[in-house]
Amino acid sequence: MRARRQAALMAAPAAALLVGVAVLPVLAAVWLSLHRSILIFHEEQFTGLSNFRFLLSDARFWSALRTTAYFTAVAVAVELALGLPVAMLLRRGSGLLRSAVLLPWAIPTAVSARMWAWLFNPDYGLLHRLAPRIDWLGSPWTALHAAILVDVWKTTPFVALILLAGLSAIPEDVYEAARVDGAGRMRIFATVTLPLLRPMVLLALLFRSLDAFRVFDAIYVLTEGGPANATETLSIYAYKTLMRSGDFGYGSALSVATFACVLLLGLGWLRALGRER
Amino acid sequence: MRRALPTAAVLVFFLGPLAWQVLTSFWPEPELTRPIPHALTLANYAGLGGSFARAVLSSLVVAAGTTAVCLSVGASAAFAIAKLEFRGRSLLLGGALAISMFPPIATVSPLYLLLRAVGLRDTLAGLVLPYATFALPLTLWLMTSFFRALPDEIYRAALVDGCTPWQAFVHVFLPLSWPALATSAILVFIFSWNELLYALSFISTPAKRTIPVAIALFAGEHVEPWGQIAAASVVATVPLALLTLAFQRRIVAGLTAGAVKE
Repeated sequence: MRARRQAALMAAPAAALLVGVAVLPVLAAVWLSLHRSILIFHEEQFTGLSNFRFLLSDARFWSALRTTAYFTAVAVAVELALGLPVAMLLRRGSGLLRSAVLLPWAIPTAVSARMWAWLFNPDYGLLHRLAPRIDWLGSPWTALHAAILVDVWKTTPFVALILLAGLSAIPEDVYEAARVDGAGRMRIFATVTLPLLRPMVLLALLFRSLDAFRVFDAIYVLTEGGPANATETLSIYAYKTLMRSGDFGYGSALSVATFACVLLLGLGWLRALGRER
Repeated sequence: MRRALPTAAVLVFFLGPLAWQVLTSFWPEPELTRPIPHALTLANYAGLGGSFARAVLSSLVVAAGTTAVCLSVGASAAFAIAKLEFRGRSLLLGGALAISMFPPIATVSPLYLLLRAVGLRDTLAGLVLPYATFALPLTLWLMTSFFRALPDEIYRAALVDGCTPWQAFVHVFLPLSWPALATSAILVFIFSWNELLYALSFISTPAKRTIPVAIALFAGEHVEPWGQIAAASVVATVPLALLTLAFQRRIVAGLTAGAVKE
């Protein structure tokens, strides 16, 4: 019995942090979202679901949701498509190549977004010099895809590493057997590598889509949601409502809505992963 | 030879932008209009001045503090989960995984009010609290799978020698666990070094800004000082570049550990 108590005590600080700084705050955000609460006026009034009624008719919310969903779908798809060949390259590559590929993942997103903003700069940016007719961050469509490019640059290494772990777990004799049976390279890739890699692909999809859905840093630094709110994602809209307008009631409602979307997305992927086993 | 071309393409895509940023940092500001600089200069670095040095210091303090809190809290909990029995241990591990998926924006408003209520808003210590919490799941997973891989006999032998579970952890398991501690420390450090949203929301005094906030809000008097921004980026990147070069194997193993063991 003493051992059990000691075990619980050893786990208690971690549990206290997770409950106190993560779980309870999410519940508190739900509570805040049921209020009208403007930070500088010190006013707080229970208003039930009225924030959510407003949210349902808020065109800017729906636009942010669409932008977030599009950003997530395209970014993750491209990262997966690029991550697989990069992983196959890394498999035979040196440690130095791995370090090089790991660098974009390691540097702060704010730094990498600033770096790309300079490449996109409409006066002297390198990409602007190479393709002077494209105003990268100036028009809605290109700005959103520029943000996707920054995300792809930064997180493809992570996807590649997950897939690399999957590739390395495939035993060499499986390939050997396929070669003995006379299968060509493409055939081996389609009938051996891809099916065995499926669980890892799903896992990468789970991690990356939940991460991309909460995108904030890259877009905040690159465009602050502009031009004309074309790159405004849910996190950006919620942040502006909370910290710029000081509207903690509606801002919290937007945060809770973001949380609910991520929760649904996560449960969806977990079901897909569960079926896989 | 068949791999030379794709390897070159990968290197250009991932390192090219960084190389351009390094070149820009040595590029004399008045010459930025030229396609390529005539001479290189250190003026952009010299011009960064004290405010950016303070940002580097703030980031170091927050990242070091977070790593210390996260590892001390995480290692003992991971040991309890892996080797001891208590109620709710699988809930703790599963809950931690779920929490690592939380979008940070969901906790910004309540944490702002919480930090303000306890007087930690606009302090670096106030950042350590959420950072340590959201880096904890990764630490727990890495450390737990490390402790699980150590044989139970070691634990039983320690008990036979008269150790309490706590003593077994401190005197027997902790000295064995430095590889996992190092991996966790590197990943937690990188996470704290890079975080933007909480730092932007909770820190209002410019002198307390961390590097990501300083870079995000970097502004000149009239035009954006791209040369200085590039210099600041290089300063922010060098420690991480050294970490990834030195510990590439460890980082890769740590990042994929959860995925592979599942």
